[in-house]
Amino acid sequence: MDAQQVTELATIGKSVVVKGELSGSEDLYIDGHVEGSIDLHNSSLTVGPNGDVKANISAKAIVIQGKVDGSLTASDRLDLRKSAIVTGDLTTQRISIEEGAFLKGKIDLQKEAGKGAASK
Amino acid sequence: MASVSHNLMKFFRSTSNQPAAAPPQKLTRRSSGVGEISRVINSQEGLRILDVGSTSANNIRFFTDQGHKNYSEDLLRASLDPALRVQDAAGNSIVDTKKFLDENLVYANGLFDIVLCWNLPDYMEESLVKPTIDRLWSVMKPGGLLLAFFHTRDAGPDSTCYRYLVTGTDMLEMQEVRFAPPGRPASEKQSPRLQRVFNNRHIENLFRDFASIKFFLARDNIREVLVVR
Repeated sequence: MDAQQVTELATIGKSVVVKGELSGSEDLYIDGHVEGSIDLHNSSLTVGPNGDVKANISAKAIVIQGKVDGSLTASDRLDLRKSAIVTGDLTTQRISIEEGAFLKGKIDLQKEAGKGAASK
Repeated sequence: MASVSHNLMKFFRSTSNQPAAAPPQKLTRRSSGVGEISRVINSQEGLRILDVGSTSANNIRFFTDQGHKNYSEDLLRASLDPALRVQDAAGNSIVDTKKFLDENLVYANGLFDIVLCWNLPDYMEESLVKPTIDRLWSVMKPGGLLLAFFHTRDAGPDSTCYRYLVTGTDMLEMQEVRFAPPGRPASEKQSPRLQRVFNNRHIENLFRDFASIKFFLARDNIREVLVVR
């Protein structure tokens, strides 16, 4: 991540607490506490190592380094890094899980467009 | 809380003789149990598969690519949650079995066609093993299959704890499981310690509510057990 990207990334810092509905059309980095719902549609969401999120999340790409309690829907890809602790169902086309990540939930890997119907 | 952390350390191997940053070991083994399960998943569609071993993207892809539904719960790590520890009347630290089952394996009865236990019973707190198997019986369909691995008496307490990645019809890749004990920094990864060795009678008793049980003996001090609900 270069300096320009860092300045353009919307960030919820680790001392920030948000309760409610988050939606938007730009990439978001959460290192704080969020409760509610998160809908970033065509953008990316990263939950940092200090992030603690209790929300259903929908985004194009989702990267989890912290703790999430809620369902995750990524239209493109989902990355669970080694420090991730996720409790909730996952729906995505592509998934990456590092050794050490903790997951409790159902995984629905949908076929990419043009490769057939979604797996059920 | 320090005493809780201390009590949890009995579930991990000492790291004094191990290099701090050793890369995870990768081995392969042939598995008769996985071979039997492969015959089922290759002949049926839309099965619900519950994997209670370490979270594995490999296994998720392997089963979902064949059109099956995959559920993942890392029950060994979940069982080490310090919040589950309570004190009994004598002041001993014990695990709250009811709370564990309130928070884990919460599914409708008869949901799963296949359950992959891997080596969980050998590494889990003993008081949780039978209640966990009983809960698995409840959430499995009649006729469903459960696969578990048990060490033989020849396995020592420092037997490596592996995660099992399905790589083929009857092939597994084995990777050493290492994670930081609760309350320890992520840099202090350790491998879980073998808690006990079940003999055949113990295993049969553990699965007494199931319809049938089949043993496969392997060369690596492991008995594979395939039970039918």
